[in-house]
Amino acid sequence: MNYDRSELLKHYRTMVLIRSFEEALDGLFGQGVITGTSHFCMGQEASAMGSIAGLRPDDLVTSNHRGHGHFLAKGADSRRVMAELFGKATGYSGGRGGSQHMADFSIGFLGSNGITGGMTPIATGAALSQKLLHTGKVVLCFFGDGASGQGTFHEAVNMGTTWELPILYLCENNQYAMSTPTRQAFKQPSVAERAKGYGLTTSVVDGNDYFAVRKAVHDAAERSRVGEGAFLIEAMTYRLCGHSKSDACEYRPEEEEQAWAARDPLLLMAERLKQEGLATETDLEQARAEAYQEIEAAVQFARESPEPDPQTVADNLLVTF
Amino acid sequence: MAELFYSHAIRQALEEEMARDERVILMGEDIAGYGGAFKLTAGMADKYGADRVRNTPISEGGFVGVAVGAALTGLRPVVEIMFMDFLTLAMDQLANHAAKLRYQFGEQARVPMVLRTPAGAGRGYGPTHSQSLEKWLVATPGLIVVAPSTAEDAKGLLKSAIRCDDPVVFIESKILYGRRGEVPEGDYTVPLGEAKVVRHGEDVTIVAYSRMTEEALKAAEALAKYDIAAEVIDLRTLAPMDTDTVAASVEKTGRVVVAEEGHMTGGIAAEVVARIVESCFDYLQAPPTRIAAMDIPVPASPVLERAATPDWEDIGRAAAELVQKY
Ligand SMILES: Cc1ncc(C[n+]2csc(CCOP(=O)(O)OP(=O)(O)O)c2C)c(N)n1
Repeated sequence: MNYDRSELLKHYRTMVLIRSFEEALDGLFGQGVITGTSHFCMGQEASAMGSIAGLRPDDLVTSNHRGHGHFLAKGADSRRVMAELFGKATGYSGGRGGSQHMADFSIGFLGSNGITGGMTPIATGAALSQKLLHTGKVVLCFFGDGASGQGTFHEAVNMGTTWELPILYLCENNQYAMSTPTRQAFKQPSVAERAKGYGLTTSVVDGNDYFAVRKAVHDAAERSRVGEGAFLIEAMTYRLCGHSKSDACEYRPEEEEQAWAARDPLLLMAERLKQEGLATETDLEQARAEAYQEIEAAVQFARESPEPDPQTVADNLLVTF
Repeated sequence: MAELFYSHAIRQALEEEMARDERVILMGEDIAGYGGAFKLTAGMADKYGADRVRNTPISEGGFVGVAVGAALTGLRPVVEIMFMDFLTLAMDQLANHAAKLRYQFGEQARVPMVLRTPAGAGRGYGPTHSQSLEKWLVATPGLIVVAPSTAEDAKGLLKSAIRCDDPVVFIESKILYGRRGEVPEGDYTVPLGEAKVVRHGEDVTIVAYSRMTEEALKAAEALAKYDIAAEVIDLRTLAPMDTDTVAASVEKTGRVVVAEEGHMTGGIAAEVVARIVESCFDYLQAPPTRIAAMDIPVPASPVLERAATPDWEDIGRAAAELVQKY
């Protein structure tokens, strides 16, 4: 694969942006500035950015509860994502959705959602539209290993593959669903192995390696686009944090956590870029500085944004009435 | 009497019933080591074993159905749905199976299961983690639906629910988990199907349940300052509904406000009002009033969430208006 250096640097910058977005959030939750809850994707930035890098810009993406990274990688405005977490009027959902419920159709992001597995049929439906409307677009559906226990996942995958839809089911297998390790929830912990039974083309990649994810998604997307049907990619990864704001994360072996921390996707990408002469330390330093600045600006924007007007709370429930 | 958190009272009921009856098992997502999203069952797996405190995959439709099957064949499962919002994934098993087996198969069939689930808003969790869907359940004949407001009732009603031979949905309140209350020592139960008058008064009746009982009591306190004596009734069980207790109060006061956290349309308050109109129309001195959430998804932003969901001020204002106008 031939890579565009400036694009790679931009993607590295976005991965740092995603990380620091959530680091900032962590602090804001701690200070009580933000309430509610939130699921961080620290450690999963490569599967988010690598996946989206493998798509074309106008391809479509659906997300789940752990969606900040997916959304930012797809090109969301970090200021408006932050404002949504603040519950402000300028947030992507005007404060109605919060951390788990955001969308921007104009950049092909069809939404994150708090119901585990809830988006798999919706993504499949979006792929049906692409096929019947001949848009040439592909849909990428992010979901977790835990979500593959839901009936809707199996029902959706079956339709997606049987109807030969242009869809990529992208499992971010971080090996735990909340506190539950995959081997405790599934006799066959490999999502790809289980999915094979439905007749899908499947592959397993190192989810912490931006380049590996990008290539797997790119190859599958281009085949799916020309009518080869549904694909499932299982990206093996790990969250470098608790499940949600309220999780002290006491159920994972320390050695395991350390081993994965050593494979932090941000480190891996920086090393690779330098090794292959695709970026210098100065380039990377600058990218990081830019990302931090952008987050500071996002926090400031969110702080200064107005609260939503309670008078508008019932607006826009329906198109018709 | 001991002072317990509402959440600990629920846990005590689970522990005592598990100790009393080996057939009682718990199932749900992350309930074993982690203790569930609200830590209610933390450590119970160590005590009762992973067989009886069983972590499930994320498969609400599946494991609620498994509970129905287990209940039908000798176990007494208590399943946890992490947030009431996720009950929707299990509605087929509940509505088309659990609720109908006894009716269609007769004496041979009984479904002694309990489905526990936290409901309600107030934590800024947004549209898929803040709902109160009890209206779906009371509209399904064949389910018993319980929603306690105090630690004492939570424990006593959960024990009754576990000992009951019918499917019971036990609705908990996320906000009330952190409230303390007096709980009697020793083994006791609170009967299913009985409302409770929790404050006496002559001027207006306020009917509520779960967290809205707390809000109703706050409203009654405020009304007292204006010499309005509100009677507060905690429904406790939503199905079957104790219409008699409500009617007796309305016959006395002639005015009624019904408060719930769920959406207004087709809700619990609507059902209570319909029953009042049918059973004590002649005693009414004022139109019955419903206080409920607006008919919109529950928004996440605290400002919007407050605007969309009711509190004691809404209840108090409505009650005062009934007394002053009529
Ligand atoms: C229907 C439903 N059930 C349960 C939950 C609670 N919950 C939220 S995330 C989660 C774990 C999801 O695991 P996985 O799909 O592997 O994604 P991960 O959190 O690991 O990214 C659970 C149980 C939910 N939000 N929706």
